[in-house]
Amino acid sequence: MEAIVTQFFNIEIMVKALPLVLQGFGITLLICVVVIPLGLVGGLLAALASVSQNRALRWSAIAFVDLFRAVPPLVLLIFIYAGLPFAGLSLSPFAAVAIGFFLNNSAYFAEIFRAGLLSVHKGQTEAARSTGLTQTQALIHVVLPQATRNVLPDLMSNVVEVIKLTSLASVVSLGEMLHAAGLVRSLTYNASPLVLAAVIYLVMLWPVVRLISRFERRIAS
Amino acid sequence: MEAFLDTFFNGAVLARYAPSILQGVWVTVLLSVLIVISGIAGGSALACLRAYRIRLLSVLIVIYADIFRALPPLVLILLVFFGLPNIGILLSSFTVLYLILTLVLAAFAEEIVWAGITAVPKGQWEASRSTGLGFTQTLIWVVLPQAVRIVIPPLTNRAIAITKMTALGMVIGVPDILGQATTAQSFSANASPLMLAAIAYVFLFLPLVIFSRWLETRFAAPGV
Repeated sequence: MEAIVTQFFNIEIMVKALPLVLQGFGITLLICVVVIPLGLVGGLLAALASVSQNRALRWSAIAFVDLFRAVPPLVLLIFIYAGLPFAGLSLSPFAAVAIGFFLNNSAYFAEIFRAGLLSVHKGQTEAARSTGLTQTQALIHVVLPQATRNVLPDLMSNVVEVIKLTSLASVVSLGEMLHAAGLVRSLTYNASPLVLAAVIYLVMLWPVVRLISRFERRIAS
Repeated sequence: MEAFLDTFFNGAVLARYAPSILQGVWVTVLLSVLIVISGIAGGSALACLRAYRIRLLSVLIVIYADIFRALPPLVLILLVFFGLPNIGILLSSFTVLYLILTLVLAAFAEEIVWAGITAVPKGQWEASRSTGLGFTQTLIWVVLPQAVRIVIPPLTNRAIAITKMTALGMVIGVPDILGQATTAQSFSANASPLMLAAIAYVFLFLPLVIFSRWLETRFAAPGV
């Protein structure tokens, strides 16, 4: 029991690790601020393409979505970070993370937005058009708000997934929170810094996870 | 073009490292199957336990499910892999990866199956009980079969997402597809093994992704 406390919940080591882990937390937030909007925009565009009338556009969007849902994000990230330099294209860890996550997140967000778009009845567009709105106006002011509302819990839960996914950036030595905690762990041979990082993730994400569960049950009933 | 082929589809490198990556495919498949079976079984069992509405038990299940849904799996993997040896518990990297991903999938499966159980109308419970079936019999023979329909599409999606995470094993040295490919890449100083790994993942998971898309239309709630 005492061994568990000193190896996992060592306050002294946690206090020492805190500044570095918090600095990493800042980078985690920075990654989130960049990749979440990118993924949402990319996903929305891919979703619009996947329900378009144009057959070629529709199928290329679906192929894009399925391909990037099939490749594990870490494989994509390592391919971009460690594979592309052989072709003469060296990217910084941050750029590699941004591009890899953009491709992966867009595919997942696209699937959610697509379900949302399909959940809005066709009559909504027709009614909007008949009041004189253009196709684009009808989409922006009538269809999208309803589509987004219908899939809000899924969007939120994917945002949580994206935030959790930022921990993969540690593998390409981008100094986000897990990377910082892992570094202190390897210096101290003590797992407490990792527990500290886990606690910060929990504080940040637990309320959201709870909220999503609540949302989902309300929609189910 | 030739430089591109030489970098990403180098015949000599591919021939040399294809066998080890194939071994990695076997490890990935084995891990995935084990994780899916035990994760879904564990999660469903927990959801069923929650149906008995024993307060303390339900609270514990919810806390477990929340923690494993909120924490990044890689944090858990590193924590267990590097932390446990310090208190004298030595587990292989394969075991750590299997345990953590099973616990994560079980947490998500519990929430999904529980949502399915609560979505079955109360009248079904009452009607079944009034025919003389016990609580457990009602749960197994009446409620669960109806919940399955709601549960299958999200459960399939989640199971695919989590089996893809077996690639995280590379970080702690599991010789799965990605692990083998990164080793081969550093020996060969060539990107072809990574390309081969990406192709292997597409071959394994693309059919599953397409299957889950089909399931969603197949089980779509009528009228939506």
